[in-house]
Amino acid sequence: MALKTEPFAINLGPLHPSTHGVFRMRATMDGEVIVDLEPVFGYLHRGIEKLAEGRTYKQNIPFTDRLDYISSMSNGLPYVMAVEKLAGIAVPERAEYLRVIMAELQRIVNHLIAVGTLANDLGAFQTPFLYMFRERERIIDLFEMVCGQRLLYNYMRFGGVSHDIPDEFLPALKKLLNRLPGFIAEYDQLLAENEILLARTKGIGILPKKLAINSSASGPVLRASGVKWDIRKADPYSVYDRFEFDIPTGSAGDCYDRYRIKIAEMLQSIRIIEQAIEQLPPGKVWNKVPLRLRPPVGEAFAHIEAPKGELGFYVVSDGSEKPYRFHVRASTLINLTALRDMIVGWKLADAIVIFGSIDICLGEVDR
Amino acid sequence: MTLALTASEIATRLKEGFADIIVEAGPDSLLVKSESLLDIASFLKTEPGLDFNYLVHITAVDYSDYFELVYHLVSLKHNHNLMIKARCYDREAPTVPSLVSLWRGAELQEREIFDLMGIRFYGHPNMKRIFLWEGFPGHPLRRDFANGA
Amino acid sequence: MEIEKRYIYSDAELDSHEGRLIEELKKNSRQIIPDPDEWLSEELQQNVLLTTVDAVLNWARRSALWPVISFPACCAFELISTAASRFDISRFGMEILRASPRQADLMITAGTLTWKLAPQIKRLYDQMAEPKWVIAMGACGISGGVVKGSYSVVPGYNRIVPVDVYVPGCPPRPEALLYGIQMLRQKIKKRKSFVEEKK
Repeated sequence: MALKTEPFAINLGPLHPSTHGVFRMRATMDGEVIVDLEPVFGYLHRGIEKLAEGRTYKQNIPFTDRLDYISSMSNGLPYVMAVEKLAGIAVPERAEYLRVIMAELQRIVNHLIAVGTLANDLGAFQTPFLYMFRERERIIDLFEMVCGQRLLYNYMRFGGVSHDIPDEFLPALKKLLNRLPGFIAEYDQLLAENEILLARTKGIGILPKKLAINSSASGPVLRASGVKWDIRKADPYSVYDRFEFDIPTGSAGDCYDRYRIKIAEMLQSIRIIEQAIEQLPPGKVWNKVPLRLRPPVGEAFAHIEAPKGELGFYVVSDGSEKPYRFHVRASTLINLTALRDMIVGWKLADAIVIFGSIDICLGEVDR
Repeated sequence: MTLALTASEIATRLKEGFADIIVEAGPDSLLVKSESLLDIASFLKTEPGLDFNYLVHITAVDYSDYFELVYHLVSLKHNHNLMIKARCYDREAPTVPSLVSLWRGAELQEREIFDLMGIRFYGHPNMKRIFLWEGFPGHPLRRDFANGA
Repeated sequence: MEIEKRYIYSDAELDSHEGRLIEELKKNSRQIIPDPDEWLSEELQQNVLLTTVDAVLNWARRSALWPVISFPACCAFELISTAASRFDISRFGMEILRASPRQADLMITAGTLTWKLAPQIKRLYDQMAEPKWVIAMGACGISGGVVKGSYSVVPGYNRIVPVDVYVPGCPPRPEALLYGIQMLRQKIKKRKSFVEEKK
């Protein structure tokens, strides 16, 4: 005689401690297992694309910071690249190297936070998280030395960057780079062989390779599924073609692979920064550009390998000082296309872990 | 290196079956008729040598007479990219075929375009608003929607 | 290619119900809720010393304010940094961020409020037990901030909940937030619990 069961619906509401922001999921459950999932977006939709049409090009650079607010150094880069393409502005070499150094430091910060919050979601309440924050504070001190802000930097400009690095920056950066690999190795040793982490992330939330390509996933999510696609190698921008680095790729597409890729990418970023420091040329950091920039009529699309995926900006100009259309190719929104396929069939506790491993930031999903 | 396959090269390959569909072939984009978007897209995806299996993004721009949809495609195997544009001249109830059956990645982006611009995609499995709430008056990203209203 | 709809609820109905709630809240929130500043005038009028009971209660309440978890946007990261080990908020007794609003007495609004989220914030505020306080953190919390004027942003939290302390910045530094918390504690110190509160 079989037991009669009935599915019921549960709401993982917008204000929830583990959803990395205001994200809502309506789950239909049969016991503990999720049989269907409906994500609801829009709780942080601020209308940035419409507001940007009413401000000049330079006034839109702070808007780009507020998209993915965890890694704002690299958010401004595709926007200034798109406008530089439109208006034909050249960038001095020193500025290119500084952009690369800042973008790679930002990648390290972002992956630190991603791994720390993943450990938090698994139940290691606060300890790995606070360890990560300790290192993040050190890197943020460096950013504060350069541009005075801790979270939303507003550092990129058309034709270069806004400030040159002060004299204390390079010695402090070298000191940090000496201790970071040791810290990452210690952290990895504590977590990677941990039974609970292995049991809760290995084989969970698998994204098959074909589905990953079809759903336009990008960044660590795509690489964990076995596709070796990184914009820094496939379509090099800035001075990335002068550095030697590897692209860590996974094979299984589960949460454990995504975690391993983030750790490996941090080490590769350290490698890139070391090479950039050696090759840093002297010179100016900004080519003069008129205050009210009026690019010629046309359109431009520029994309970079942001820490969370492929971030792109599509800018259309009609010859005036305000953009006609400002569109963001949001990497995290598109990574969430396959969320339902990844979560259905697993338990509720796994859903939180899978969602955390995709590593989203609501400011970019909802804009 | 991502080489932008010039649209004229692609236009020559498409001329056999689709000569009347291509409206214009610019230096880096291809303008096609919006009704036959699905046919051209499936040809681009399945033809060996082209193999555009990755959809980078879809966006829409509101020029006052028409809406223009911009699709950006990439082939991971051959590492080349292409931009396709389609125009929709209907302002009251614009409709365009949906590409979700070819590329799943179009799902959320087409919902976003419907929400903010008002362009419907027929063939989409779940055509409803994504960012704004049900009952929001109008479509904000159109040029005639005044902010602060 | 159809997504198999196996929802046992009707998502269209839920969405339109939510939409109705939001439009109603939007219509009712055209005025700013005045700040709860009656304590300022009470001092001048009555000039009565606090009783010992009041003093003890106020000391207990201000020494262990527990914030509720409500992290919409970017300021959330400065709030988390304040709670982390460098700018330790635990020395003020506040390291426990409570997920359940029934167990919290402080709401730090860390991020932009959109109209879609506003009914949930109002619900969260209503569920907190008295006495409760609100700190509006960041420019978006005070007046809508850098995205003010947008079609979907509430121009300041004081349209939805009454605010006690405003902390400016975008985002405010952790030191600024700690200063705001000190101001709130000064305010709580002067609170009279056993006097009829003029509503």
